[in-house]
Amino acid sequence: MKLKTLTALAATTALVAPMAMAADMADEMTIVSWGGAYSASQKNAYHDPYSANTGVKIINDESSAEAVAKLRAMNEAGNVTWDVVDVVAADAMRLCDEGLAMEIDPDTQLAAAPDGTSAADDFGDLLVSECFIPQIVYSTTFGYRTDMVGDTPPESVCAIFDLDAYPGKRSLQKRPIDNVEWALYCDGVAKEDIYDTLSTPEGVDQALAKLDTIKDNVVWWTAGAETPQLLADGEVVMGSTYNGRLFSAIAEQNQPIGMLWDMQSFDLDGWIIPAGLSEERKARALDYIMFATDTQRLADQAKYISYGPARKSSAPLVGKHAELGIDMAPHMPTDPANAGNVHIYDYEWWADNRDDLDAKFQAWLAK
Amino acid sequence: MALTPVENQTPAFTGAVAAASGAFFGLFVGTAQGSGFLGILIGAVLLGALGFVLAGMTDKEKPLRWAIFAGFTAAGLLMGGLAAGVVGALFGWFAGWFVFWLATSRYRAHLAPYLTPGQVLWHYTFRVICGSIFVFLITPILVVMPLSFNAQDFFTFTPEMLRFDPAGYSLKHYQDFFTSESWQDALWNSVRIAPMATVLSVGFGTLAAIGLSQPHVPFRRAIMAILISPMIVPLIISAAGMYFFYSRIGLQGTYMGVVLAHAALGIPFVIITVTATLVGFDRSLTRAAANMGAGPVTTFFRVQMPLILPGVISGGLFAFITSFDEVVVVLFVGSAGQKTLPWQMFTGLREQISPTILAVATILVVISIGLLATVEMLRRHSERMRGMSPT
Repeated sequence: MKLKTLTALAATTALVAPMAMAADMADEMTIVSWGGAYSASQKNAYHDPYSANTGVKIINDESSAEAVAKLRAMNEAGNVTWDVVDVVAADAMRLCDEGLAMEIDPDTQLAAAPDGTSAADDFGDLLVSECFIPQIVYSTTFGYRTDMVGDTPPESVCAIFDLDAYPGKRSLQKRPIDNVEWALYCDGVAKEDIYDTLSTPEGVDQALAKLDTIKDNVVWWTAGAETPQLLADGEVVMGSTYNGRLFSAIAEQNQPIGMLWDMQSFDLDGWIIPAGLSEERKARALDYIMFATDTQRLADQAKYISYGPARKSSAPLVGKHAELGIDMAPHMPTDPANAGNVHIYDYEWWADNRDDLDAKFQAWLAK
Repeated sequence: MALTPVENQTPAFTGAVAAASGAFFGLFVGTAQGSGFLGILIGAVLLGALGFVLAGMTDKEKPLRWAIFAGFTAAGLLMGGLAAGVVGALFGWFAGWFVFWLATSRYRAHLAPYLTPGQVLWHYTFRVICGSIFVFLITPILVVMPLSFNAQDFFTFTPEMLRFDPAGYSLKHYQDFFTSESWQDALWNSVRIAPMATVLSVGFGTLAAIGLSQPHVPFRRAIMAILISPMIVPLIISAAGMYFFYSRIGLQGTYMGVVLAHAALGIPFVIITVTATLVGFDRSLTRAAANMGAGPVTTFFRVQMPLILPGVISGGLFAFITSFDEVVVVLFVGSAGQKTLPWQMFTGLREQISPTILAVATILVVISIGLLATVEMLRRHSERMRGMSPT
């Protein structure tokens, strides 16, 4: 009786396992990204042309938010099912340090610019990690309800701390990054001294004390879609989110929202290739990356979403929105008119201090 | 007919009871508007005054009720447009009915004459509690439905919607669901996975229940506990365990893997419902069948199965809904190729708050209601056919 069951189990497994393998070998690849309008822009600019050229079927997995945890689990289980993963630069650095992402050589594995500039020079400083292939520059910045700020729309990021001039709730991301920098900046710390100040315990206390002044009026968000929703509802008078989300709420959905670009916080998003792929899958992933991060493709993505292409050579090619026909350049975070006063977010400082600050921030939130 | 002869109440009694219930409603409305205390006060004063004044005028009930109805409707219209007018009308209708219901003691008429006032109060309090539970269970589902017809891409009741302006409504989120590739893939995956998982759960679950109901099987309780465990163990733990196990045997990220995982989750439901129907099953029937020359298989399909069918069907229904609704296990065991509807809704809610999710939710609610109603009708029909009306 027992033996029979075991035999049956073994037989089932033997039957099913080849099916699993077959799916692996088929001409398809799984690309992981953030979902929503962002995935749609990648589909239009990269996936569809690539599939048309090569016949490779691309499956979109919208799991970037938990990419680090999932890649760790996959690695532990010895079963990496993702081929290319879209992550923010900070996550790429962590994955690279843990050996979960493979290193890329920009000179041989990425396309050169049309004028012959090498990829390493074209991406320049944005190649922040050996494993990371930058794709876009985005910013976390503020949007405000134009009908709730009277005749004096906010011009400085410090409006978020000004409850007298702009009463009402504001939405901020539920993490210390950016929030503590804005708090110190608005508490009178000079921009170049922000990270020096934050390196001292008193500096952290100072930032949290500044945030304390508006704590009762803050709605904390975790997903990029929340601030546009709260602004559309009129639940908050202003809130931070990714600039592309605000663009789509303003330009595509005609919401009464204005952009506040002051002290916008630049960040990078791009691709990594997980470590541990079979040779065949690795070759395909590299082929895709070579195609999807060339000058023209990066410029094409900007037709669908207002994030700046990571290559210098792509900037002049940015055209009009694919459906609305509006000029995209003025909506890019990198446009000179928007980038007058920007906050350069220090990756290395945060890599060293993230855990500590997270703990302090969470303790402060719970108080 | 009336069990108890009734007479009109005093204005003080009517006013006091009306004020108390006004305060109760006022608490909810007031809290929603920002001040619970103010709500209690306004509700109590409003209904209390109505009760006190109208208690003496029960002979003119009809015109007075119309007057209250019209008054509240007009007040609502003046204050907040059409939507507020509808709310006002509903409230006016209720207030008029409620005050005269109290004032003329109609509430007492159909209750037994020997009940004390306390028992009468409990009789209605109990109903209010039950009603409140229904309201709290169902309102969140009902709120979702009109929002799915929103013309905007947000979870917001726009001013146009509140004015019942047709421009505020649209079917575009339904159109998005039926034309978008990712939603259609998700729907197709759900439709492929759930029935297969249900078939497996029903097959294994029914056999397990029948086997475990035989008195001579050793370790029955232990085996039962193990089979039921997916229902008791936190889902996230089952999911993580399945992830690592399935990864090693090559089932992670495959259609079969998700089907097997969902079948494991569905089996406990089938076992429980089938075991329950087997309790009333008369074993002498199988012996009689054997006596007449039927083998065990024939006996099972011709005698036992028809009698336990209601349990099998409802267990299968639960197994189906478990698989169709499941998001945690599929996130672990599946890969993007097995993305089901709940998965798509989950990521959609996180990354992009789009009313398409609400449109899908509405469709699913309608399907669920249809499915449950059909199964219930089939069950009653078959019971009537076999003269086995529920006792």
